[in-house]
Amino acid sequence: MSTLSALLKREGLMQALVLAGLALVWEASSRAGWVHPFLLPPLSDVLVRLFTDMQSGAVFVDLGLTLYRALTGFVIAAVLAVPLGILMARKRGVQWFFDPLISIGFPMPKIAFVPIFILWFDIYDTSKVIMITFSCFFPIVTATYSGTSHIDKWPLWSARSLGASENQLLREIILPLAAPSILTGLQIALPVGMITTIVTEMLMGGSGVGGAMIAAGRFADSVGVFAGIMEIAILGMVVIRALDRLRARLLVWHPENRAH
Amino acid sequence: MAGGDLRPASATAGHGSFVEVVAVCVRYLPLLIMMAVWELAGRSGLVSQQMLPGVGAIAAAFFDLLQSGELVINAWRSLSRAAAGLGLAVIIGMAIGLLMATRPLFRNVINPIVRILYPMPKSALIPLVMIWFGLGDASKIFLIFLGCLLPVIVSAYHGARGVNPFVIWSATSLGASKEEVLREIILPAALPDILAGCRTALAFSFILMVSSEFVIAKDGLGFLIGSLGDGGNYPAMFAVILTVAGTGFVADRLFGSFVNHCLRWKEQA
Repeated sequence: MSTLSALLKREGLMQALVLAGLALVWEASSRAGWVHPFLLPPLSDVLVRLFTDMQSGAVFVDLGLTLYRALTGFVIAAVLAVPLGILMARKRGVQWFFDPLISIGFPMPKIAFVPIFILWFDIYDTSKVIMITFSCFFPIVTATYSGTSHIDKWPLWSARSLGASENQLLREIILPLAAPSILTGLQIALPVGMITTIVTEMLMGGSGVGGAMIAAGRFADSVGVFAGIMEIAILGMVVIRALDRLRARLLVWHPENRAH
Repeated sequence: MAGGDLRPASATAGHGSFVEVVAVCVRYLPLLIMMAVWELAGRSGLVSQQMLPGVGAIAAAFFDLLQSGELVINAWRSLSRAAAGLGLAVIIGMAIGLLMATRPLFRNVINPIVRILYPMPKSALIPLVMIWFGLGDASKIFLIFLGCLLPVIVSAYHGARGVNPFVIWSATSLGASKEEVLREIILPAALPDILAGCRTALAFSFILMVSSEFVIAKDGLGFLIGSLGDGGNYPAMFAVILTVAGTGFVADRLFGSFVNHCLRWKEQA
């Protein structure tokens, strides 16, 4: 155990060193003029910009709007897609109707539909959120459907023979057994939702990190663009980590968390 | 993938083909129903034809675009960019992933970078590639390359790490060189993971291709959609959007059958 933790610590140290080295190279190469500061502004300038924007609160407004849109779209997609996926696995008719629609919709690049949503719902939050919901929906419904339809029949039969109602069956057997697949679907959908959020903000404006970045790009403010990339990188990491945590929390009982 | 299991096994020879045809019709009937609803919504005046052009109008616009060559030229520009970015990402990503799995020092240096870049929504890099490479092909190819690179690296790395070390030891003890171990053992064993990563990358390449062309472009399918929409030519806009969606679908399906072909030696789970 002790050698393992020592090794982990050494790897952590190594990673910190690598990142520090990268930061140094970044700073040095633009300070020394190896790269034009417009193409790669010094890291310190970017951090100063982030700090002043944090003081003025602009960062939090943009991050808040982006997060709000991404999560609203994502949650609506989950609320619609999980029940539909379960119904598809349980009811023959639902499966017949939705299976071809979803297996055709799943591999399509949904982002191409943005102009249609702009046409239908204008450029404000409604159309952004609907677009995000649309792109998150397919991975979740596909994963839920496949997870639910691959549930072992024995626990279902045993529960039924012990007199479980359909509701109990759903709550006690189907949902827990399908949970790993459903969560995997959510984990695939969340990054897709983030990508879509940024693109819709870039196309429709209305603040948010994507809108701020495209504005910075148009004004040739490369420090602003880099600050935006840092903000969105941090936001992406936080959101994805949070979902990983949620998975570990919800699946404490599952063998996948017992392995290590 | 939501599988299509309604189709009966073709082992039911004799009148099997007829049963199959009927089964396919039954399977895709919902699509026809949706198209009918679409058409009726416009015809009945429930939704304005401006907002939802009829199926016929869209098909007519599609053939017009096809004849004028606009669709073909722009599709060629877009798809060649996507292919260039994706191809580079697959080659370089596989090399990086395999090196990470076999060289600890290399892994320690690359891993932190991958960890930072992986969760970042790659579309955030659109303004950056605009600053670096301008509005031409290079910016989009680079963006697609970056977006596709990470899934390939991660899948190649996981696939190669998952190889049973006993197999490698036996091969080495039988006198296999490092290259032979890589070519004969690690690559085939990692292939399923690598191909799955490439399929994810394929999906990303389409997303990034279209979104970068929406934001910065002078040509390509995304640009064509945008300019048709700005011009108020909605049937044509719908036609191009559906073309993009259909192309993405076909590309995924073709890659899926390529994967099945490559892994035909594998036991079915």
